[in-house]
Amino acid sequence: MATLGELERSVMDLLWDSADALTAGAIRDGLAHGNAAGAGKDLAVTTVLTVLSRLEAKDFVNRDRDTRPHLFRASTSRAAHMAELMHEVLGAAPDREAVLARFVGQVSPSEVAALRRMLDGK
Amino acid sequence: MTVTWVALAALAVALAWPVPILLARAAWPARAPGTALVVWQAIALTGGLSMIGALLSYGLAPFGDTLVDGLRALPRSLLSGSLPRGSEFSQMFALSGAILLGIHLLLNLVTTFVRAERSRRRHRQLVTLLSAPMPERPDTRLIDHEAPVAYCLPGTTRSVTVLSAGLIAILDDEQLRAVTAHERAHATQRHHLVLLAFRAWRGSLPWFPIATRAHQAVAILVEMLADDRARRVVSDETLARSIAIVASESPDAATPMLAPDGSNALAADSPSATRRIARLVDAVPPLGLPARVFAVACAVALVAVPTVLLLWPAFR
Repeated sequence: MATLGELERSVMDLLWDSADALTAGAIRDGLAHGNAAGAGKDLAVTTVLTVLSRLEAKDFVNRDRDTRPHLFRASTSRAAHMAELMHEVLGAAPDREAVLARFVGQVSPSEVAALRRMLDGK
Repeated sequence: MTVTWVALAALAVALAWPVPILLARAAWPARAPGTALVVWQAIALTGGLSMIGALLSYGLAPFGDTLVDGLRALPRSLLSGSLPRGSEFSQMFALSGAILLGIHLLLNLVTTFVRAERSRRRHRQLVTLLSAPMPERPDTRLIDHEAPVAYCLPGTTRSVTVLSAGLIAILDDEQLRAVTAHERAHATQRHHLVLLAFRAWRGSLPWFPIATRAHQAVAILVEMLADDRARRVVSDETLARSIAIVASESPDAATPMLAPDGSNALAADSPSATRRIARLVDAVPPLGLPARVFAVACAVALVAVPTVLLLWPAFR
């Protein structure tokens, strides 16, 4: 049931929450530990390595090749990625409209004031 | 040929100035957003076609009696390096203009789509890593952020609706249903494609205020279309309330967005949320079928006119 995307997310969660760089084996154990009934349990280290390579290709993960086994760490904090995401969502990024449609787009302060009055009046 | 280029030039001018202004000011689009969207697309397409067509038919006049003859004769003339007798400088100027404008518009369309696709892919990766799927709602994900936002991330195969924790905190279940129905409509009706096309048009003609205006008008129409879909699921009042709540809690209000050039990016004359709410609260009746059919017929005729003018040999 765990899709590749969900697996990537679990791996990133582990890396973001860990202060140190982790080996693929440690990540596999962490996944198995994280959801006792879940997907991580019978996961092969090679699968974890595949996921890590994908994340590395997308620049979410840095790999330290000088050690054996390789050590992995998150390239940027979760907060920084969240900031990038929200930056796009809230329209500060120049290409925003091209990507997504917000339920309510940008609102001017005067419009907000008028809407608040309307809501209070009801 | 003269009749053709004069008629096309007149059409291009009409579509570049008075027609879009009138449509942007008209009240009926709020009563039939889908129809209005068709009309806007017809105006944009015909505007471009007639602009290029006018230049082309004026510039090709010395090469042949019809556009097709002219286009056939053009490469021969280019290869031999000599212009046909009677060709004027202004005609060569128009011809180059037509070719450059055509290439410019096409290239801009392509780059806009490619760039949007690239940033969409990056955004999707971020969403995958930063949000959890909501088990009770298919294709909906939850990001853990306090700003109340909901948006649709269109995908080629599968679109995702993203809700924030901040949004869930301020809306009740029924209002959330309104929001998801609205966002789902954007995805199923592929609104991002229309928006992208108008965005490309605006981007290729930055000095042309009408393109910006058209983009704005289309953006609101698309929201109204999605609202209409949500109205099938929830009551008008619930939807209006959801829009008002999300808008009034909008993080933009605290930090007004400034455009790169320093001007306020929020055009004061397009209070989108207010117009959407007014339309729901006033219970504006939808436009009647005959009027809608008439509008679509006009749109079709609009696209057909330059095409016929260019290809109909009798006019030459």
